[in-house]
Amino acid sequence: MTPLGIRHYTLTTALGAGRASQLDALRNGSTGLRAEPFESATLPGWIGVVAGLDTPLPTEYSAWDCRNNRLAEKGLAQDGFTEAVAAARSRYGGARIGVFIGTSTSGVLQTEQAYRARSGTPEQLPPWFQHAHTQNAYSVCDYVQRRLGLTGISNAVSTACSSSAKVFASAQRAIAAGFCDAAVVGGVDSLCLTTLYGFNALQLLAADICRPADANRQGLSIGEAAGFALLEPAAEHALRLEGYGESNDAHHMSAPDPEGRGALAAMRQALAGADTQPADVDYINLHGTATPANDLAEDHAVFALFGAAVPCSSTKGWTGHTLGAAGIVEAGLALTALEAGLIPQSLNTRHIDPAFRSQIVHSAQQRPIKRVLSNSFGFGGSNCSLLFSRP
Amino acid sequence: MIELFIQALGIAAPGLADWPQARAVLAGHTAWANAELPPYQPALLPPNERRRVTPSVKQAFRAAEDAVSRYTGAVDQLAAVFASSDGDLGIIHRISLALTETARAVSPTDFHNSVHNAAAGYWSIATGSRLPSTTISAYDDSFAAGLLEAALLATASGHDTLLVAYDVPGPPLLQAARPFIGAASVAVILSPSSGPQTLARLRLSLGVGAVSTMPDLALDALRLGNPALRALPLLRALALGDPAAIGFALPSSQGLRVEIAPP
Repeated sequence: MTPLGIRHYTLTTALGAGRASQLDALRNGSTGLRAEPFESATLPGWIGVVAGLDTPLPTEYSAWDCRNNRLAEKGLAQDGFTEAVAAARSRYGGARIGVFIGTSTSGVLQTEQAYRARSGTPEQLPPWFQHAHTQNAYSVCDYVQRRLGLTGISNAVSTACSSSAKVFASAQRAIAAGFCDAAVVGGVDSLCLTTLYGFNALQLLAADICRPADANRQGLSIGEAAGFALLEPAAEHALRLEGYGESNDAHHMSAPDPEGRGALAAMRQALAGADTQPADVDYINLHGTATPANDLAEDHAVFALFGAAVPCSSTKGWTGHTLGAAGIVEAGLALTALEAGLIPQSLNTRHIDPAFRSQIVHSAQQRPIKRVLSNSFGFGGSNCSLLFSRP
Repeated sequence: MIELFIQALGIAAPGLADWPQARAVLAGHTAWANAELPPYQPALLPPNERRRVTPSVKQAFRAAEDAVSRYTGAVDQLAAVFASSDGDLGIIHRISLALTETARAVSPTDFHNSVHNAAAGYWSIATGSRLPSTTISAYDDSFAAGLLEAALLATASGHDTLLVAYDVPGPPLLQAARPFIGAASVAVILSPSSGPQTLARLRLSLGVGAVSTMPDLALDALRLGNPALRALPLLRALALGDPAAIGFALPSSQGLRVEIAPP
């Protein structure tokens, strides 16, 4: 494929707002996860909360006001991202910049709260409930597009935990075919009771902090995050998307193929698209949710393609599993790793599962790296791998 | 501008139970009569998965299975794009309701079926296809956004690509917030190259143009009553078989223009 330049990117996670907070935490080995409850939840476990989401959106956007769009607003305000898009708008025109945003649950917290406030006979949801601008999967994409003053093509990708990795693929295809000249891609997913109680019902939520690749891993810790990248044809930019791979497991709705065949197909495609060999990859940011089955299946797939030659780690021990935002968070952390020459360790991992054969990184490594693969896999067997590089 | 070839079509909507029936109605050979869709069980799903699927997934399968019934290629070699404004409002209702109760007992099956890509996941299980698929939403314009996404995926991947647009009404509490006229789905199989099966050639481009409507008022009400049925002007032009240019709204100032020509 034709590589795409990463003109600008930004991340807001439980580690803080903006890229510098992410890098500081990666260097210090300090997690953003806290053992605290979310909203009215009474489940044990750790969560990754983004601070400062109590301020309502500006008045003209009050119809869009919900935790998810506040998170988008906060994310857009970091690292000069909005200004970078404004500059791109003056270069290309707002109609020539596409917007592709991944989300899993969008503003469904608003729906949960509206159900608590339902009343009357027959029952009705309260008048403040704005389905189109909050609950609907497209609402966050709509909000981002309006906030950035863009009028090009757009859609919300919602493929569970691969959503905001797949936005890179959609943007690449749209730019290659000339349907836009540049694109804003991103992911925004906020904490809600649906995912906390839902993963708990599936017995995938850890009572302890999440411990990816650990022999005694118990499941995930959920986090929230917003991240965005501005993509343009590659020419003068330092960082690049070199390849992507997308596949399906064709196996089960919520359990991975134990052989990891779909994951393997996605990683192979990402390398093939960039005409790159496994030995050219310096670091793999694993999906690594810390559930027993997911981590094992991913290890199978990674070992089959890379053997034990390439350092691998999941960064979910820092941010938690940010679900629909996981793709952009880990793309952003992959880019941070490339820029800083830092291979982050598998945080919170005490004893690496002896069944694992790939090279799980126990201590951070500081050295120049050139090429990073980032994996994102989701429910429904939806897989996406992204290959990033610096010159 | 990109050029694609339509290999097969499928539909399931009130009074338009499948493509052969819809083609006769849309070409003006028979009158449209409102009729509920009969019950349906996805034929391609293994029995244990069939029991778990929701009305929304069944609705997606209905049009998809209608389209692949006239497709001569291998179904496990289809890439796919699923486009739905709202996915499964029934599940959102049940989970939101469960969360208002003390026990907060969310059904694990409901939760894994709650993802917007549930239909895509079941389709991959049903067909054994590991090829790329994605699932998008663009609110009322989900069909046109999905058509563009599918066309771009077919062009980039070289695979025949199945587009399925679907939405189903929610329970009363959510139907008030997001009213749909009825359950509906539309499926289109696009190919990057023409073949003996090809029904028509499509050229897609962006442009500000008039949004095409249906001359029949009842059918235009259907078009506006479910995001999947925004496809009707395109399907009508294909049923008539004449060259045409169809305008779709996209969620921005630009629309999508689709020119139809013989293969």
